[in-house]
Amino acid sequence: MSFIEYSDLIQDGDVAIVHLGHNSVTAVKVQHGAQTQTRFGVIRHSTDLISQRYGSKVTCSKGGWVHVLHPTPELWTVALPHRTQILYTTDIAMVTMMLELKPGSVVCESGTGSGSLSHAILRTIAPTGHLHTVEFHQQRAEKVVEEFKEHRVDHLVTVRNQDVCKDGFGVTGVADAIFLDIPSPWEAVGHAKAAMKKHGGRLCSFSPCIEQVQRTCQALTERGFEEVRTLEVLLRVHNVRPVTLQLPDFGPDPGCPSSSSQAVEEAPPAAAANPASLKIKTTTPPREMPGHTGYLTFATKPRT
Amino acid sequence: MAHNEDDDYEYRIKEGDHIVLKRGDVYKAVQIQRKKKVIFEKQWILLDNVVGHLYGTTFEIASGGTLQPKEDKETGSSTDVKVAGTDNRNIVDDGKSQKLTRDDIETMKEQGLKNEEIIQQLIDNSSTFNNKTGYAQDKYIKKKKKKYENTVTVLKPTCRIIAMMYHGREPGKICHLRYDTLAQMLTLGNIHAGSKVLVFETCAGLVLGAIMERMGGYGSVIQMYPGGGPVRAGVECFGFPAHFHDMLHEFPICRVNALLASTLDTSAKDPTAEEKSLNAAAEQEQIQPEAEQQEGSPAEERMETNTGDDDGQDREKLEREKRQEAKAQERKVKLEEKRRKLAAAAALLEGRNADGLVIASQFHPCSVLLGLIKFLSPSRPFVVFSQFKETLIECYTKLKEQGGTVNLMITDTWLRHYQVLPDRTHPLLLMSGGGGYLLSGTTVATDHSEPAAEEPAPKRQKVKDSEG
Repeated sequence: MSFIEYSDLIQDGDVAIVHLGHNSVTAVKVQHGAQTQTRFGVIRHSTDLISQRYGSKVTCSKGGWVHVLHPTPELWTVALPHRTQILYTTDIAMVTMMLELKPGSVVCESGTGSGSLSHAILRTIAPTGHLHTVEFHQQRAEKVVEEFKEHRVDHLVTVRNQDVCKDGFGVTGVADAIFLDIPSPWEAVGHAKAAMKKHGGRLCSFSPCIEQVQRTCQALTERGFEEVRTLEVLLRVHNVRPVTLQLPDFGPDPGCPSSSSQAVEEAPPAAAANPASLKIKTTTPPREMPGHTGYLTFATKPRT
Repeated sequence: MAHNEDDDYEYRIKEGDHIVLKRGDVYKAVQIQRKKKVIFEKQWILLDNVVGHLYGTTFEIASGGTLQPKEDKETGSSTDVKVAGTDNRNIVDDGKSQKLTRDDIETMKEQGLKNEEIIQQLIDNSSTFNNKTGYAQDKYIKKKKKKYENTVTVLKPTCRIIAMMYHGREPGKICHLRYDTLAQMLTLGNIHAGSKVLVFETCAGLVLGAIMERMGGYGSVIQMYPGGGPVRAGVECFGFPAHFHDMLHEFPICRVNALLASTLDTSAKDPTAEEKSLNAAAEQEQIQPEAEQQEGSPAEERMETNTGDDDGQDREKLEREKRQEAKAQERKVKLEEKRRKLAAAAALLEGRNADGLVIASQFHPCSVLLGLIKFLSPSRPFVVFSQFKETLIECYTKLKEQGGTVNLMITDTWLRHYQVLPDRTHPLLLMSGGGGYLLSGTTVATDHSEPAAEEPAPKRQKVKDSEG
């Protein structure tokens, strides 16, 4: 197991994702002799997990069952322990494409936060790229180093515990892409530019507030960035659901002579049953949804 | 080698490169060929001069469509604005505010005036410009700049640019797949280097190209194609290095059933659709050279110099026979090559251990999905795009019935762009109405005992408890 390479069997030391149903997942460190409590009972690692195939159904002690999944950055985003507000998959997907990330890209990121985006970046730039991630909170920086090691992506990432606005990214002229998720991104634009390759690259700044966006855009333009674009992307979920809708009875229609013959042709026998109703399979929106995550501002650094 | 001395070698535009032309938000992908004219934004341009320059360079279109690198200078400084109004109470739309006529402007263009100079003329001849507010003046200048701009920027193609280009120019060719939806697909499908991904698409090759870019030449992509052959025009636009194509395989969808039933024979000769299609292709090729002959193709010219004038006829006959023989041989080789490729793709599929499945087509996705999901290992993501939500509802229902998947979700994304200016920040007035729908999920090991209900039934638990 690694976050950048699939394997078929669960092994001692892996991080596996236990799927408890309905987008409820939890990450489990697989260890000989260890046990994990779920609401369906205990999972015994030695017998239930190790040497089983990823994707297997595991019956817990209470008889309920769960599926054990191979970790992916997307599952990790749902399962990870929150130490900060995190970026979710919809924004991550947009960031990845608009920053033009691909295997071999060198990326600078700040702040690291809980590492949700970091894992997705690492997946995309492996096996030849590198991520320089800067986090000013010491415990968070230490924790994420540990996670990168457990997820076997530590060879692709350098974590620096410093303040990007003061000290920059710790590298110069190497990055193809920069990602900023900090309270005052405009203060880091200069450092971002310095970290980027001479021939240019892409930058993204994520900010929840429009005032932040405004100042960042101004700073970007002043520093010679081009193609400054701000956008917002939201996920809309469509829940599949069968619904039955009643049909009104208008009574017999004596005015229309052909109606009786038409009714025989068109109406299926079931619809004629009283009370008439129609069963359809459709989707409904959730009652509430995240209506705002943050504004994504993208820009291109031209050759300098 | 020359490029050892040139740090920028890899960033220089070379002949034969696939590039993207950009002006404002308009993109066009072309290949650089000597003396070939391309049309961009209703203008014929000649790309010869861009060769040797760096990617990202902006060129000015000179007369005759030749390109000259634009000199670096601060734009916008030429149009200084001094007087401005406070609001628009005194501005009347009577169509008389601009004194210059269409013809005047055309004459200025012919005289070779720069676009900044033309804009200055427009401002000087506008009776209302000075009454406009500062913001309105900015907007006016911006609008005119866009209209009279005569530059083009040359970019290296990337997935972002090509996806935006297709969406802007030819959305019908890519099933109206919006770029942010494509971004979701690549992420939800966990497309990454070293994996084995199945693709079924009728989006001109855009989805395939996007996947290949994300895999960086590592791993394998198997394009499952309908009909006679795979469509990959969009892949060309990406301008991938040659070794990227080593990871690309193809398999005809009409052979999937045979493969699943283990009756697919890739060794013996069988005069099936595949062979027929090859023959048809060969016939087409036979027609083509004749057309070329009239234009005097280089090969033909070479042949003529070898042929004496006197015994030309005999030789020509001989040549023709030889050519036919060579063609037959060539066809044989091609057929063999195709069979080899089919066998290679079949070998990749046989293990039914693919790591990802991406579907984006005009076909009904249900049968495609149910047919191809069998090739995935357990615990692997799949993602299906459809322009129509109803088709995905059907996929969802079928998958729920047959089991073997978790995390099923139908989604779409809502995308809004913003104008960000001091004191004038707001969403753009126009936004895309929809970028298509996605069904995503993860495969799990199929349980033979009973079809899946999402949650375990609490009552059964006790019974099993006593067993353990």
